[in-house]
Amino acid sequence: MIHSLFLINHSGDIFLEKHWKSVISRSVCDYFFEVKEKAVDPENVPPVLQTPHHYLISIYRGKLFFLSVVQTEVPPLFVIEFLHRVADTFQDYFGECSEGVIKDNLVTVYELLEEMLDNGFPLATESNVLKEMIRPPNILRSVVNTLTGGSNVGDTLPTGQLSNVPWRRAGVKYTNNEAYFDVVEEIDAILDKSGTTVFAEIQGVVEACVRLTGMPDLTLSFMNPRLLDDMSFHPCVRFKRWESERVLSFIPPDGNFTLMTYHVSSQNLVAIPVYVKQNINFFETGSCGRLDITIGPKQNMGKTVEGLMVTIHMPKVVLSANLTATQGNYTYDLTTKVLVWDIGKLNPQKLPNLRGSLSMQAGAPKPEENPSLNIDLKIQQLAISGLKVSRLDMYGEKYKPFKGVKYLTKAGKFQVRT
Amino acid sequence: MTTMQKLLQLPVNAVNIVKTVQSQVQGQEEDKSPVLTPDSGQHSWYNALQPDELRHLRSGGTGGGGGGGGDQEERAPLEEGGGGGSSGGTFQTQPLRHDDLKEMLDSNKDSLKLEAMKRIVAMIARGKNASDLFPAVVKNVACKNIEVKKLVYVYLVRYAEEQQDLALLSISTFQRGLKDPNQLIRASALRVLSSIRVTIIVPIMMLAIKEAASDMSPYVRKTAAHAIPKLYSLDPEQKDQLIEVIEKLLADKTTLVAGSVVMAFEEVCPERIDLIHKNYRKLCNLLIDVEEWGQVVIINMLTRYARTQFLNPNINESLLEEGGGGEKTFYGSDEDEDEDEEEKEKKAEVAAMAKRKPYVMDPDHRLLLRNTKPLLQSRNAAVVMAVAQLYFHLAPKAEVGVIAKALVRLLRSHSEVQYVVLQNVATMTIKRRGMFEPYLKSFYIRSTDPTQIKVLKLEVLTNLANETNISTILREFQTYIKSMDKDFVAATIQAIGRCATNIGEVRDTCLNGLVQLLSNRDELVVAESVVVIKKLLQMQPEKHSDIIKHMAKLTDNIQVPMARASILWLIGEYCEHVPKIAPDVLRKMAKSFTNEEDIVKLQIINLAAKLYLTNSKQTKLLTQYVLNLAKYDQNYDIRDRARFIRQLIVPTEKSGALSKYAKKLFLALKPAPVLESPFKDRDHFQLGSLSHLLNAKAGGYQELPDWPEAAPDPSVRNVEVKESVFTLLERVTTLTSVPEWTKCSSREKRKEKKVEKPFYSDSEGESGPTESADSESDSASGSESGSGSEESGSGSESEESEEGSESEEEEEEEEEKDKKKKKKELKKPVPETESEQSSEEEDRKIKRKSKQRKSDSESESDEDEESESESSQSESEDSESEIEVKKKKKTAEMKPPSKPVKKETKKEKKEMSLLDLDDFEPAPSPQVTPVNTFLSNSLVTDLEGLSLSDSVLSPATIAPSSVLKNYELLHRITGEGLSVEYCFSRQPFSPDANMVAVQMQFTNSATSDTKNLHMEDVKLQSGMRVKEFPEIELLSAGETAMAVMGIDFCDSTQAANFQLCTHTRKFFVSIQPPVGELMRPIFLTENEFKKEQGQLMGMNEITEKLTLDAKCRNEHAIVQRVTTAANLSRVPCGSDKECRFAGRTVTSSSLVLVTVATKEEGAAQLTVNCEKMVIGTMLVKDILLALTQ
Repeated sequence: MIHSLFLINHSGDIFLEKHWKSVISRSVCDYFFEVKEKAVDPENVPPVLQTPHHYLISIYRGKLFFLSVVQTEVPPLFVIEFLHRVADTFQDYFGECSEGVIKDNLVTVYELLEEMLDNGFPLATESNVLKEMIRPPNILRSVVNTLTGGSNVGDTLPTGQLSNVPWRRAGVKYTNNEAYFDVVEEIDAILDKSGTTVFAEIQGVVEACVRLTGMPDLTLSFMNPRLLDDMSFHPCVRFKRWESERVLSFIPPDGNFTLMTYHVSSQNLVAIPVYVKQNINFFETGSCGRLDITIGPKQNMGKTVEGLMVTIHMPKVVLSANLTATQGNYTYDLTTKVLVWDIGKLNPQKLPNLRGSLSMQAGAPKPEENPSLNIDLKIQQLAISGLKVSRLDMYGEKYKPFKGVKYLTKAGKFQVRT
Repeated sequence: MTTMQKLLQLPVNAVNIVKTVQSQVQGQEEDKSPVLTPDSGQHSWYNALQPDELRHLRSGGTGGGGGGGGDQEERAPLEEGGGGGSSGGTFQTQPLRHDDLKEMLDSNKDSLKLEAMKRIVAMIARGKNASDLFPAVVKNVACKNIEVKKLVYVYLVRYAEEQQDLALLSISTFQRGLKDPNQLIRASALRVLSSIRVTIIVPIMMLAIKEAASDMSPYVRKTAAHAIPKLYSLDPEQKDQLIEVIEKLLADKTTLVAGSVVMAFEEVCPERIDLIHKNYRKLCNLLIDVEEWGQVVIINMLTRYARTQFLNPNINESLLEEGGGGEKTFYGSDEDEDEDEEEKEKKAEVAAMAKRKPYVMDPDHRLLLRNTKPLLQSRNAAVVMAVAQLYFHLAPKAEVGVIAKALVRLLRSHSEVQYVVLQNVATMTIKRRGMFEPYLKSFYIRSTDPTQIKVLKLEVLTNLANETNISTILREFQTYIKSMDKDFVAATIQAIGRCATNIGEVRDTCLNGLVQLLSNRDELVVAESVVVIKKLLQMQPEKHSDIIKHMAKLTDNIQVPMARASILWLIGEYCEHVPKIAPDVLRKMAKSFTNEEDIVKLQIINLAAKLYLTNSKQTKLLTQYVLNLAKYDQNYDIRDRARFIRQLIVPTEKSGALSKYAKKLFLALKPAPVLESPFKDRDHFQLGSLSHLLNAKAGGYQELPDWPEAAPDPSVRNVEVKESVFTLLERVTTLTSVPEWTKCSSREKRKEKKVEKPFYSDSEGESGPTESADSESDSASGSESGSGSEESGSGSESEESEEGSESEEEEEEEEEKDKKKKKKELKKPVPETESEQSSEEEDRKIKRKSKQRKSDSESESDEDEESESESSQSESEDSESEIEVKKKKKTAEMKPPSKPVKKETKKEKKEMSLLDLDDFEPAPSPQVTPVNTFLSNSLVTDLEGLSLSDSVLSPATIAPSSVLKNYELLHRITGEGLSVEYCFSRQPFSPDANMVAVQMQFTNSATSDTKNLHMEDVKLQSGMRVKEFPEIELLSAGETAMAVMGIDFCDSTQAANFQLCTHTRKFFVSIQPPVGELMRPIFLTENEFKKEQGQLMGMNEITEKLTLDAKCRNEHAIVQRVTTAANLSRVPCGSDKECRFAGRTVTSSSLVLVTVATKEEGAAQLTVNCEKMVIGTMLVKDILLALTQ
């Protein structure tokens, strides 16, 4: 299936290659570079390319291209999903997925890749299994390794691959047994000029951090599972149980994992936590424009809106911005033409406002379209859909774990058209 | 000596060989070294890594070497010879470093070896050549240190192909590893051995794979499966032997192996579909527990398999397609207005269908669909996509909808995933638009989307556009046109053009919009608009001469060649609409001719020719001029064209016969271009495949076969042919047979049936061709819902096996423990077959059933599964019961219905026969006046219903109305001997689907005959309509007759008043329907139900709390009572605490949704969602009564 993998950085250098079958010359990447040159934005490179003898399937993550070479028919999503899984694994192992960190851990990365694919077919992709075979680096271990010449390769044999619950390693022990669940919801919305909602939906994710001894069997139930419209589960979740009782029953993987993602049924009205009053004008003459944005609270369920940020991709002709913000501060990047207004906490008594003038390239015609505003925000301790975890039960182990649930609402792709 | 023998002897002298070989290689290496020097950049990187440590290691290494055994001493001279540079130090640094590495590799210290290996692997990772180290590395293959070993493996696999001879040295180690007691070591030895691409070891690999395929450990067997394609790519000659191994591994029962072996199957012998037969059911059942990557491969393979083995579930639909013209609207019509139309169409096709065998889904086909469905919830996008394509290619039309939601979910994933999913959605939307319509807004475009995603979303939006949503879509498009991304704007304009061609209603609006765009400042936008407008105008040019004029003016400004050419073509084509402007345009063009692009020049010539033909007076000279210019053009195409046109249009003496027809040639009516989606016809590629994405066949792509004409023998999938298999098959068939309400609509079929037909053939034969598909999903999900605690005994067998691995912890209740025990018993015999399991289960079910009978002689259910499990009982019993029913019918007929006391006794009698009767499948429970329902009343009606459904009769030919709960229309006394009763037959009224069928029974108990029985003077509320029953000529004394009339109650409970006339008298009568009769059942899936319910909130939702009647606390009783009170159908539901029902009002097709959620101690909550609030309120009252009394 997957023949070779090339990791390519932003400037087009191949800094890692791995072949699972016979070696394919890295010159195959030239086809990719050609397309990449043409595309203005790295995101605009089509993920699937056809070359005379190969197919190139790539993803773009963390300013890196993961480019895989395929020779025969294979579901493209299969490869794409796998590449993302590779990137996830790097993230999991090294804390981030960047060129520097991969170069620093080149051998570990190579070993990981070796274990993840066999002859191009995924072999071990569960992070728990991988961690048993190849230990993630940490400071202590790297110090020990330098002294003793040890490595990160686990000296125990990976038994996880053999078990019924491949996602959990055996013999987990903790002194503090704790299970934390974060319910994070994102509001995806498009608001039009007048502030009416064109489209809005909520999608959520339940992230878990479970550090429990032994083989606990957890059951997580919600107060209002009917809210959930569509979900996808970590493989550990027993699907039948959910279908019949609407509870999440699972033997958790050890450590951090995504338990489920869900979508709140689109019929439910989505509460939009803020309103935006904006007025962006470009004048025919004088090559300048005016900008005036005010943000106020709308439906925020009595919680404070934090981390408020407005990002505007200005038209190319806008040279500079001369604005005053009543709260927070703004930056305008001249090269990328991105205006960022970082507001912070929203104070309902004194609404934040940004106004001032924009100066444009002289002689250029005024832009036809006003740039749309991308809003970022956070609301702590609130799941905007109203979803609530009602209880978490543990079976199979004797001890009493510490349980915690946290809610967070964020803006996802929250866009205001102007 | 064979190679094998040689190799087997290798271990003995391996060490020596390595040494000699090493010395050779090292000798060569010096020659090579200059080549390696450009690597200096990398060298510095290494130094940067840990320079101090390296130094340390180096010294340590030599120290260790000194203390080493004879091994080291032997090496010493070599080093001196090879490492002359190292002592000199003036030589290149590169070979020095490699010597370093070799030295470290040769040392006794594992830490040094490890360090060396790490550096070597890092070199490989960066794509540097490290092949010269091969001999030094390969020695360490037997190293005790597992870390070193692993890295050596990495190296080996990378370079073995280039150094085949040396690689052979390592083989013995792996052979030893293959015999290791530890399964993981066995597996890893096989893995590396098979990864070494050296042809000479093919026999060894073959042997190893064969051995591993029968290893105890499933993990080793999995590795063996992985090794198969490796060996195959190395030596395709081994195919036959490998197929044997694959066959063996396919029979493996562990989830670990399944994915890998199917992968091997796909790579080695995808054409050997016959290998799958015996494993098909096992694969289906294991699927959910297989790891995600394996799932993808298995699902894709099974899609292909199913295409060769089963019949097309949409076969009748495709038949319709061939017959009917407007498929497109037909597809999109999931709305109900069209349903009636659809039904009519179906009827029209009935004749054609009758010739074909009615479609019944193969139970194995159903098994596949059912077992893949939960995987739509997978976190892995590839799995979701695989299931989606499986459903798209295999599922009946009515069920494909479930995949839409999952696919829309994937749209929130990474942009690469979006890209692939959107491509597939685009193809799907062409075939099945209705599926994605509810998710229209999910395809709205954000300014931050990458362009390729935007274009794809646009494509989907365009495909989804229809008359109802076009205005929203166009509004959305309007915002897109203002985008800064010009490619995207161009695509949007194209999309508008396509919408305009597809949807006639908006053509003018679109055209106007596009014309406005002509004044856009961006030239690209204008050009694109011109091109699109040209295409649109071609459809109805006469209406739009002003637009053509407007466009003519644009020639002054627009510079984009394609646009200019388009305008010129338009003017030429429709020059008679713009007689004044056209010559002027030509004049301007003639002036600028030499500066134009080629395509524009061609169009100028074209325009000139056309004008010359229509208006030669004004344009003769101009044309001559243009042609002369063209004659000397640089482009030979243009020169040719000019010459050709001159000959054709300018009359000369020599001009041939053709010039007479010049006008016809040039001004022929040209058909408007069809703006088509680029995704049209892509669905012949298997969706989700690379080939589909590229719209070209990729290497190794397996064609998706067409459905077979006739299904191949399904028995090939039987694992062991036993009797029980057949019972299983039968059971499943009945399980998936049609629920009662669909039958109503297929009554045409029913007409042909004989009443006495045995149960089986009855239910199977009756399944209306398209309905059966729907209904199957119904019963399938029904069986799923059976997994609730109460019902667990009757859960379907597939579910049990699915849960197998994880169900242990789940079961806590006593009853369930029993089940577990049983399951374990079942599992013990290893070659257990499903069929056995199921038959045993069936037995169990029957036992349970009989227990229930004893304890609970009350109403027994019409629940699908139970009745069906019983269905294997002898026919005689059936007919017996039938006789009984008939007897009762008679008794019922004799007794006037107004005597409740006698009714009671009658009921008691019926209770006896009830046990036999519940063999019958559920029937539409007939009408009961909800207000005075006696508890036992429902029993009676239930019974009657059953017998009615058994004696299959079309309502058109009048069913025996006496068995239904009757209302009195005319009493014997007031009617002077004529008594009339009526009931709501709950059958669709065929002459008019908006009418409620009322079945009337006339009994003449007078002594004289009654003649000319008919209706007159119908008095109705406005809007109501009545279809009178056909006049009854003669009703002799003592006779009864029946007739069916239809009343459109306009969704109100207003009475229909009319006169019943005989030849002598007239009687004023009225029929008032209970609200429950104003609806007809519809089929909804659980998700549809929820979705619809979500849309009917607020005022449309009525909720009541109630306490259930003591005898009505099980699900079954609730279902029965609700369906008795209202003509609704059950909606499958995941929870056993909730019962859901759905229907639509007969006239306005407003949705009626009923939910009964039960809680502890008989507390319950009734929710009715209905668009018509009045109906909702009344219905709540009626159901409340039915449930509490």
